[in-house]
Amino acid sequence: MSAVLAAILPVLAAVVLMLVNGVVLIYMLRKVLGHLHLRYGPLNVGPKGIVQTTADVLKLLSKEDVTPTGVDRWMYRLAPAVVFIPSLMAYAAIPFSENLRITALETGLLFTFAVLSLVALGIIMAGWGSANKWSLIGSMRAAAQTIAYEVPLLLSVLPVVMVVGSLDLAEIVQAQSGTWFGVIPKWFVFAQFPAFLIFLVAALAELNQTPFDMSEAESELVAGFATEYSSMKFGMLFLAEFSNSFIMSAIAVSVFFGGWSLPWVPDSVIAPIAPVIFVLKTYVVIFFLMWIRGTFPRVRIDQLMTLGWKWLIPISLGWIMLTGLVLKLGELGGAS
Amino acid sequence: MPHDYVVIGTFVLVGIIFVMITISASNILSHQRPSEAKGRIYECGVEPIGSPWVQFHIGYYVYALLFVIFDIETVFLYPWAVVFSRMGIIVLLEMFIFVAVLLLGLAYAWKEGALKWR
Repeated sequence: MSAVLAAILPVLAAVVLMLVNGVVLIYMLRKVLGHLHLRYGPLNVGPKGIVQTTADVLKLLSKEDVTPTGVDRWMYRLAPAVVFIPSLMAYAAIPFSENLRITALETGLLFTFAVLSLVALGIIMAGWGSANKWSLIGSMRAAAQTIAYEVPLLLSVLPVVMVVGSLDLAEIVQAQSGTWFGVIPKWFVFAQFPAFLIFLVAALAELNQTPFDMSEAESELVAGFATEYSSMKFGMLFLAEFSNSFIMSAIAVSVFFGGWSLPWVPDSVIAPIAPVIFVLKTYVVIFFLMWIRGTFPRVRIDQLMTLGWKWLIPISLGWIMLTGLVLKLGELGGAS
Repeated sequence: MPHDYVVIGTFVLVGIIFVMITISASNILSHQRPSEAKGRIYECGVEPIGSPWVQFHIGYYVYALLFVIFDIETVFLYPWAVVFSRMGIIVLLEMFIFVAVLLLGLAYAWKEGALKWR
C-alpha cells in the first residue's frame, strides 16, 4: 500500500502544481499583457482581479460541451487528452532542488523534450478531428513549426551536455555552481550564449508563442486548432499550453541559469529555499516570454521555415563543433 | 523509492483518470441543449463550403522528410555528447565527418530548392 502511495503522491503533487501554475500564469499573462498595452488587465473579480482565472475555470467547467456535427469523433475526443497527458508527464524530471524532484531520471533532459514533442501529435489530432478548415490549417502549421524547430532545440542544449557529460538535469545544475573571478556566476548562459539564443528562439517556436504563433493566429484562423473546442476540452488544451511554457522555462533555468542555485550565496542559506528560488527564476523567464509576446509582430510561415532550416540548424551544428574543438584543445593544453 | 519508469507509468494513468474525471464533471455540471445551429462548424459564420479535410501544401511533406533525417542525426549526437568528455580527440574527428556529410545533404536540399516555401 505504501509503495502505491509513494508512486501516486508525487504524481498528484504534479497535477496540483500544473493546475496552480495554469491559473497563476493565465492571470499573470493577462496582467502583464495588459500593462504592456497600457491597459489594466483583469480588475473586478477580487482585489486587483486576482480570482479572475479561478472564476474562469469554474465557468469553463459549467459550460455546455458542444460537439459539432461532422467531426471525426475519436480524434476530436482524444485530442485534449493527448495534449494534456504528455504535458503533465513533463513535470517528472524537473529538478526543483537537489532532492525535490519526482523522479531522478538519468536522461531527464532528453525525456522532457521527448514528452513535450508528443504535444504536436495531439494538436494535429485536434485540427484534423475538428472538421474545420481553419483548425486543419492551424494544426498543419503547428506541426510544421514544431518539427522545424525540434532539431535546433535539441541541438542547442547539446554543447551544455558535452561540457557536463550528463543528461541528468540535477547534475547539469550542479555543474553551474561557483563563480568566475568571484563575480560572474558559472551559469551556462554566459559561457554558451549563442546556444542560449538558439534555445530561446526554438523554444518560442516549439511553444507556438508569439512571434511564432501562426498556428492560432487569431486574426486569420479564429483560434486555430482549438476553434471547435468548448468547455473543459478547451480548458485542457489551454492548460497544457500554459503548463508547457512553464516546463520550457524550467528547462531554460536548469540548463542555462543555474537552477536552484544563487551566486554569492552560501549553500547552507540556499538549501531550505531552493525550490522557491527555482520557481521564482522560472517565473522570471516566463515573464520574459510574455514580454516578447506583447512586443513582437507575427512572422510569416516562409520566414519561419527559412529561419529554422537555413540559420538555426547550421549555426547550432557549427556551435556544437566549435565547443567540441575548444573542449578538446583545452584538454590537450591542460595535459601538456 | 519506486523505479523511475513506474513513476512515469503512474503519470500516464493519473493523467488519463484526471482527464476522465474533469470532462465528466463538466458534463454533469453543465446543461446539454444541442441544436442545429450550435452543431455547425464555425468558420466565422459563413456556411462551410466543401469537405473540411482539404488538401494541404506539398511543402509540409518535404519538410517532414528532412525532419526525419535531422532528428535521427540528433538522436545519434546525444549519446556522443554524454560520453564526449571521457573520450579522446578521435570522437571529435569522427563527429566532424558525420556532421559534414549531413551538412552536405542539407546544402544539396537547399540547392535543389527543398528549403524554399512555395
